[in-house]
Amino acid sequence: MRHRSQSQRRSRLVSAPSRLRSRDLGSEVVAGLLQRPGRSALTLVGTVLGIGAFVAIVGLSQTASGQIGKDFNALDATQVTVTDKGAQSASVPTLDFPSNADALVDKIKGVIAAGVWWNVALGQSGVSARPGPAANGLPVVAATPGALAASGATVAGGVLFNLFHQDTAQNVALLSETAARQLGISNLEDQPAIFIGDDAFTVIGIISGDKRIPSLDFSVIVPESTALRIWGKPTSGNAAQMLIHTKLGAGQVVAGQVPVALAPRDPKLLKAAAPVNPAQLQRNVTTNLNAVFLALAGIAVVVGAVGIANTTLVAVLERASEIGLRRALGARPRHIAIQFLCESTALGLFGGMAGACIGVLGALAVTIDKHWTALMDPRIVLAAPVAGAVIGLLAGLYPALRASAIEPADALRR
Amino acid sequence: MSSGWTADGGKPVIRLTNVSYTYPGPPPVAALRDADLAVWPGEHVSITGPSGSGKSTLLNLLGLLDRPTKGTLEIDGMNLGHASERDRSAVRARQIGFVFQSFHLLPHRAAIENVMLAQVYADQPRRRRRDAALAALTQVGLAHRAYALPTALSGGERQRVAIARALVNRPSLVLCDEPTGNLDSATTNELIDLLSSLNADGSTLVVITHNPVVAASAQRQVIIRDGKLTEPEPADAA
Repeated sequence: MRHRSQSQRRSRLVSAPSRLRSRDLGSEVVAGLLQRPGRSALTLVGTVLGIGAFVAIVGLSQTASGQIGKDFNALDATQVTVTDKGAQSASVPTLDFPSNADALVDKIKGVIAAGVWWNVALGQSGVSARPGPAANGLPVVAATPGALAASGATVAGGVLFNLFHQDTAQNVALLSETAARQLGISNLEDQPAIFIGDDAFTVIGIISGDKRIPSLDFSVIVPESTALRIWGKPTSGNAAQMLIHTKLGAGQVVAGQVPVALAPRDPKLLKAAAPVNPAQLQRNVTTNLNAVFLALAGIAVVVGAVGIANTTLVAVLERASEIGLRRALGARPRHIAIQFLCESTALGLFGGMAGACIGVLGALAVTIDKHWTALMDPRIVLAAPVAGAVIGLLAGLYPALRASAIEPADALRR
Repeated sequence: MSSGWTADGGKPVIRLTNVSYTYPGPPPVAALRDADLAVWPGEHVSITGPSGSGKSTLLNLLGLLDRPTKGTLEIDGMNLGHASERDRSAVRARQIGFVFQSFHLLPHRAAIENVMLAQVYADQPRRRRRDAALAALTQVGLAHRAYALPTALSGGERQRVAIARALVNRPSLVLCDEPTGNLDSATTNELIDLLSSLNADGSTLVVITHNPVVAASAQRQVIIRDGKLTEPEPADAA
């Protein structure tokens, strides 16, 4: 028999203590909240408004900070384009991107994928499925594996080329679905070959749905190193570009760092275009407004928490005789406390959920009104109910303690 | 007339030995002084006394809602006067059924759900609760009103629901606090009959009342006056 280390020595007389199973707790909490549905709903108003305002403001500021013009879209917000200014004005074919450009840019914080690509100037020669003169005008694009990753191209068949192909300048090619159809290639299993000029290439993959480099959609793509080996550096009319896929909001910072990282001797040779460049004044105004609105939302959340605390406390006092009854029926103080704590947490959770919905709808309404494209980090929406539940939990602590301290004998006399 | 399904044998359901209870002052008030009482399985005991005589104090002590200042309090042979809240809660859940003057039914729940509330803390398996609750309502003659809300029930019916709730866990002791205090005389008589029939079925009843008719229906009558317990007739042992 175990002894409890308390001031009084007590041995356990009863082997099975009274219990409150989690399913029973759930039913009791739901019943408690539905007992006064109107009051429960009104209690939520503060939390809903506060969390809704938070979600809406964060969503709107994310949307606004990714907003340039009418042709803005969600892809552009996470995209930085670096152009080779030096090559555009050079008289001979030039490539100002170093050979390890992909790896250098990958190291910058906020970069998801990056790579160099350009349109290859073939001159007289063309692409065909058998040796000899070409009948079609399919363009050829040189791209690094990083550029493929950054472009968001998906594989329709076979594989993309990788660092091995790039490092060893293999004669391999990817076809867009359009090019594959024109060349009459559908089955990759017998490793079909195509000819670009006099050079044979093995087709290893077919890509589809390219999102960021539209010209890939009707091209033949070869590794950048292979293109350099066969056709040399890009001409001034088809200067190389680098495509960088960044995390949401990282565009500006990444764009500032890339030219220095790639061409430390003469960063002016490369020009990085980031998605966001609203006027500085306008940004300041927005930031100040955001701060004010966030403060207001914070106040609303606090008011919401106080509302939950107040309602729960009132409920505890109102339901004192019910608490006395539950104690008489065998509830332990902790059972009473957890029941009220769960009620307030559930209130907060529902408030957070409703707030997230209202916030998203509010942000959407403004966005649609302004003809913007809505941009919102989904984690904000998911965090809102959690935040609501935490608010409810904190708001319920004191009322729950009060409830568990109610003396059943006094409470039952009412 | 002991036995049925209650605790059997020589062990009393309740045994108070030298129990005193003093409300802390100032000034301290002795509500119960050196009380001795034994209630045996299957007995029907009434406790009567004028207002302020210590009836409520005694009920709170017997129901483990309060702790004696002095003396020992045993229920089913367990010394619970100074036991942990864990043990006392478990005994309240399983071994004691309460019937209150003001019924204490949850107004938003049907009769059967009010009965089932007593099974929650006693940790009865969920699947069997509804059947057991319906059986308890049948025992008090209220099966046909199982799904009525308390607001739709008469006073007598409400008290029957409360009695069903007290019986549903088959406790060793049913403790009634002024069970007829809120009922008219006709309903009171019905309730007296119900209590007698429950006792005949084997329930051990302790009824605290100031209604002489209710008191007289019990097999043993204990009188409390100024915190002292007396029994006019010698107790007939079970």
